[in-house]
Amino acid sequence: MSKLSIQGISKRFDGTRGEVWALKDVSLEIHKGEFLVIVGPSGCGKSTLLNIVAGLEKPTEGTVLADNKKVKKPGPDRSVVFQDGALFPWLSVQKNVEFGLRRIGLAPKERTERAAHYLGMVQLTQFKDNYIHELSGGMRQRVAIARALAVEPQVLLMDEPFSALDAMTWESLCEDLQQIWQRINTTIMFVTHNVREAICLGDRVIVLSARPGRIHAEFNIEIPRPRHIDDGDVARLAQQISRAIKGEHGHHPEELLYG
Amino acid sequence: MDKSWVRRIIFVVGLLLLWQLIAMSGLWNKTLFPGPLQVIQRLSAMVSDGSIFIATLVSLKRVLLGYGMALAVGIPLGILMARRDWLEQTLGMIVSGLQALPSICWLPLALLWFGLNDTAILFVVVMGSMVSIIVAVTDGVKNIPPTYVRAARTMGTWRLPLYTEVLLPASLPSILIGAKLGWGYAWRALMSGELLFVSLGLGHTLMMGRELADMSQVIAVMLIIMAIGLTADRAVFGTIENRFRQRWGLAKT
Repeated sequence: MSKLSIQGISKRFDGTRGEVWALKDVSLEIHKGEFLVIVGPSGCGKSTLLNIVAGLEKPTEGTVLADNKKVKKPGPDRSVVFQDGALFPWLSVQKNVEFGLRRIGLAPKERTERAAHYLGMVQLTQFKDNYIHELSGGMRQRVAIARALAVEPQVLLMDEPFSALDAMTWESLCEDLQQIWQRINTTIMFVTHNVREAICLGDRVIVLSARPGRIHAEFNIEIPRPRHIDDGDVARLAQQISRAIKGEHGHHPEELLYG
Repeated sequence: MDKSWVRRIIFVVGLLLLWQLIAMSGLWNKTLFPGPLQVIQRLSAMVSDGSIFIATLVSLKRVLLGYGMALAVGIPLGILMARRDWLEQTLGMIVSGLQALPSICWLPLALLWFGLNDTAILFVVVMGSMVSIIVAVTDGVKNIPPTYVRAARTMGTWRLPLYTEVLLPASLPSILIGAKLGWGYAWRALMSGELLFVSLGLGHTLMMGRELADMSQVIAVMLIIMAIGLTADRAVFGTIENRFRQRWGLAKT
């Protein structure tokens, strides 16, 4: 059964230079426990699609069903890891992770325990009393992941969460995210512009084309896990897919390849 | 000791010496140009008869009351105005209009409404500082990164908790700037008001000095007013601000 059902989503923006279709008739099913990655060049509407699933933006046409219920507004069943983390600087790491837990009805003690559990999962237990500005970029994204996981969402939405990280941090986060996902077996929808990252992480990779954003291709990734970003298989497949996209669609390969 | 403090102390001592020398030279009439020693004498007389404490307490009570009211109304109103377009389009217009009005211009109106009493001066203080608080808080809330609100919503935070747990703490640094500005305006408004009327208070003591042609008292009270304003600005707001800036990860001032 699908965890998420994206049905005929279109999104139009009415800008100063007339109307722009960011997404055109995108339909997609995401299965329970699946790690789905959406990849595409900048401006292909992939983040818009994620925002629509999150309930942060309204589609012009179409509907999104989460567990067979129509998505109308954001909620903790679809928590989001944002590109910049969107962590709260006035709260400690621990309190950031606890943030959403009161709203889902946990008692104070349960909040502390659950936050500690997920901080352990992202290996930040010893930094629980630090403030956000005291952390590196990679650690911040780990906190953001812990915060989004702590509400135990039905689907975890990730909006280019690794795009601002240096190469080494990126590598280790790609590995750790796979481990976390295998451990808690959650459903993930992950958006990126980086083909290699997409292949390293995803069970299934959806390629969006730009202006308007449409589903251009779909790939099942059969490479065994844990995958590493520098694995030969990952690199080869990334090249093939990039070439295929470029060949069929006339995109510049740089737009899709490598972040 | 820090080099900058050495410079400061040398400068102040030099200035006082120069002042005393000019006063002693008899270049100007002594009653109109008293030296620092005379000012200190007058000051200690006012300290020993307690009059300066009464004046200071009266003024502080007035300013704290008015300032407190301005904060209590200004902060929530500023936050709401930043979040609700219709409020900004309506009330915002009035607020920016009032910004152009020096607070002392409220005095005639206040006198007619409330009479010659503390309520009138309180009104002037509130009007003087509230407007600047509203403007600063509105600007601050508008500059909150939108992802904070988005993140909070994806974790199920709406309505009142969104205000108390996200918007308020996120805008605290700018609320503090507003509070500091508002304090300055409140203090100035009170002094203008006290100069013009109302018994007791520092402003009134200052004006008394003029009426008695007692320049030492005038200068002494001016120094007290400066000292209070500076203490609030540096000691109170400076300390709070630095704490916030550290916690929020902003650069220290």
